[in-house]
Amino acid sequence: MTDTAPPQEKSGKRGLLVTLEIDSRLLGMIGAFVLLCLAFNFATDGRFLTPRNIFNLSIQTVSVAIMATGMVFVIVMRHIDLSVGALLAFCSATMGVMQVWVLPQTLGLGIGHPLIAPITIVVGLIAGTLVGAANGWLIGYQRIPAFIVTLGGLLIWRNFGWYESSGQTLGPLDSTILNFGGIDGTLGETLSWVVGVLAAASAVWALWRARANKVHHGFPVKPMWAEVALAGLTIASVMGFVWLLNSYQMPVARMKRMFEARGEVMPEGFTAGYGLPISVLLLIVVVVAMTVVARRTRFGRYIFAAGGNPDAAELSGINTRMLTVKVFALMGFLCALSAVVAQARQTYHTNDIGTLDELRVIAAAVIGGTALAGGIGTIYGAILGAIIMQSLQSGMAMVGVDAPFQNIVVGLVLVLAVWIDIQYRKRLGEKI
Amino acid sequence: MTAPLVELRNVSIAFGGIKAVDHVTVDLHPGEVVGLLGHNGAGKSTLIKCLSGAYQADAGEIFIDGEKVEIKNPRDARALNIETIYQTLALADNLDAASNLFLGRELITPMGFVDDAAMEAETRKIMGRLNPNFRKFKEPVKALSGGQRQSVAIARAVYFNARILIMDEPTAALGPQETQMVAELIQELKAQGLGIFLIEHDIHNVMKLCDRASVMKNGQLVGTVDVKDVTDEDILGMIILGKMPDRAR
Ligand SMILES: Nc1ncnc2c1ncn2[C@@H]1O[C@H](COP(=O)(O)OP(=O)(O)OP(=O)(O)O)[C@@H](O)[C@H]1O
Ligand SMILES: [Mg+2]
Repeated sequence: MTDTAPPQEKSGKRGLLVTLEIDSRLLGMIGAFVLLCLAFNFATDGRFLTPRNIFNLSIQTVSVAIMATGMVFVIVMRHIDLSVGALLAFCSATMGVMQVWVLPQTLGLGIGHPLIAPITIVVGLIAGTLVGAANGWLIGYQRIPAFIVTLGGLLIWRNFGWYESSGQTLGPLDSTILNFGGIDGTLGETLSWVVGVLAAASAVWALWRARANKVHHGFPVKPMWAEVALAGLTIASVMGFVWLLNSYQMPVARMKRMFEARGEVMPEGFTAGYGLPISVLLLIVVVVAMTVVARRTRFGRYIFAAGGNPDAAELSGINTRMLTVKVFALMGFLCALSAVVAQARQTYHTNDIGTLDELRVIAAAVIGGTALAGGIGTIYGAILGAIIMQSLQSGMAMVGVDAPFQNIVVGLVLVLAVWIDIQYRKRLGEKI
Repeated sequence: MTAPLVELRNVSIAFGGIKAVDHVTVDLHPGEVVGLLGHNGAGKSTLIKCLSGAYQADAGEIFIDGEKVEIKNPRDARALNIETIYQTLALADNLDAASNLFLGRELITPMGFVDDAAMEAETRKIMGRLNPNFRKFKEPVKALSGGQRQSVAIARAVYFNARILIMDEPTAALGPQETQMVAELIQELKAQGLGIFLIEHDIHNVMKLCDRASVMKNGQLVGTVDVKDVTDEDILGMIILGKMPDRAR
């Protein structure tokens, strides 16, 4: 596999994991995460693992998690991108100016025009992609180290955004864009169940296809019970997540207002759950797409090859310079996507949006097992990394840990996670 | 005589001030194995890298079937059916054998995705021929032994129906049995009409496998001899002293 599953031992307690073909590293991370959640839940008298808090955690994670998937590719190619927070701010400023000034006023579409959101988003995505591609060109073709190019970008882009917006706070944002913010854009209970069922069905279908393909080529397959267990686990997790989000009830006052806005009266005893936030759905789509790119496309294969051995990739006819441009352009695209979510979540654009996000994004990728030496990393790992970081931060805030101490803990966890990863790889006899 | 399959004419390349290859001319005919010999640092690898597209020569010309060609990068070389086993093997250590074998030429499903299962099946087939003891199809190649890695590199070069094969010390890491299999492979490919440049330090193997031998010293060509016209000592003299044997003159 491209994602370099560690060599598996056939004996001992790892036997079950081998049968299920589950990455034991992933299992370790999930285990640590579960422990963390239980500890916080205990320390907060059960306030940590409520539907409300899980809902909030999910929407807080999205922006960093989207960028972390791109950072995996960047780091796998032995590069780094320090400019993602600044690029997010630049894209957010560009989109803020578009939807608040240019489209409604200068072009006279008027506030609330249905074309404002799509045009704004497309312009933002193009801006992010172009800046990313320019970074990639400087790194790939001009051979300037990525560290330097993106360190420059860190200083350049946020301040470019400042000039675009004249340093002003931009708002109110377009109502369609606000849907990407989280609490103001959810699918509601029914639609959430529909999405859950579709997601579970496609996951099971993918598992089945993988098995059928192996059988077709006469390769050994997992025993049927293992396959069924894995499918069951997948369905249970997807449905459990939807159920959790659906059980976060909207406050009565808010629902009353919604009914009034439609000119109706809320029936007595009416309840409704928020369901899946659109931003989380967006993240899920990004994760699935990026995982497919990493594992099943030539582009992804070349990223891992170039990270493992750049010379070998070049000698195999891969244009590694162009590949660098593409990877950074993709990173820029994802920064723009995150900018939509981030500005919608705070309901306006400010110049300090996404400050320090570069560190959170890199930390998420690295905690998730992406090796700075290149060639190794997974998308799901980075997502787990982002979730763990966010949970740590929110959990400590809920417990009432002092702000400086919160950062100390996050810093320690980052170093500890990488240390554990190194020990783990050593145990498996890998050379680092 | 018909035009040679490959001719490198007056090729020169320098790194900084060092003339690694200095006006070297060698050629190769279909169904022929030409040995490239010389001391360490003589310029053998650098010369063949001009043909494989890894380097671009500072001066000189390359002819394929008598026609002048420009080989600007490894893709150009592959398009001309030139396959290379590099001395460094050029494998991506983090990928498995199949991903390395098909690197840059992945098999694709009708949907446009890489078809790992099909590639693994093909890899199993060709490794079954080249190195039947090979089992590590799932591991990244960094988990393989030197010889196993070398067989992956060899498999990659012969899988894609090359017309011109460049082998830079292909048996350096191989055991006696595996070396014997590569010797048989070379003879088989030769019988199929491939032209092979073989860089090899073992004179015994050169005498056994090659039709002609071109010897380099300090970046320059000492000369090219028919292997059946000379003895081991003659070739050693060419490598060490840089002078042509009397008989072949
Ligand atoms: N990329 C490079 N940069 C600078 N000098 C180089 C480079 N590659 C090779 N050289 C120099 O060119 C000369 C020829 O090297 P080359 O690798 O072609 O030797 P070789 O005949 O293949 O030797 P060996 O038998 O050890 O493989 C050497 O002096 C080497 O130091
Ligand atoms: Mg050499």
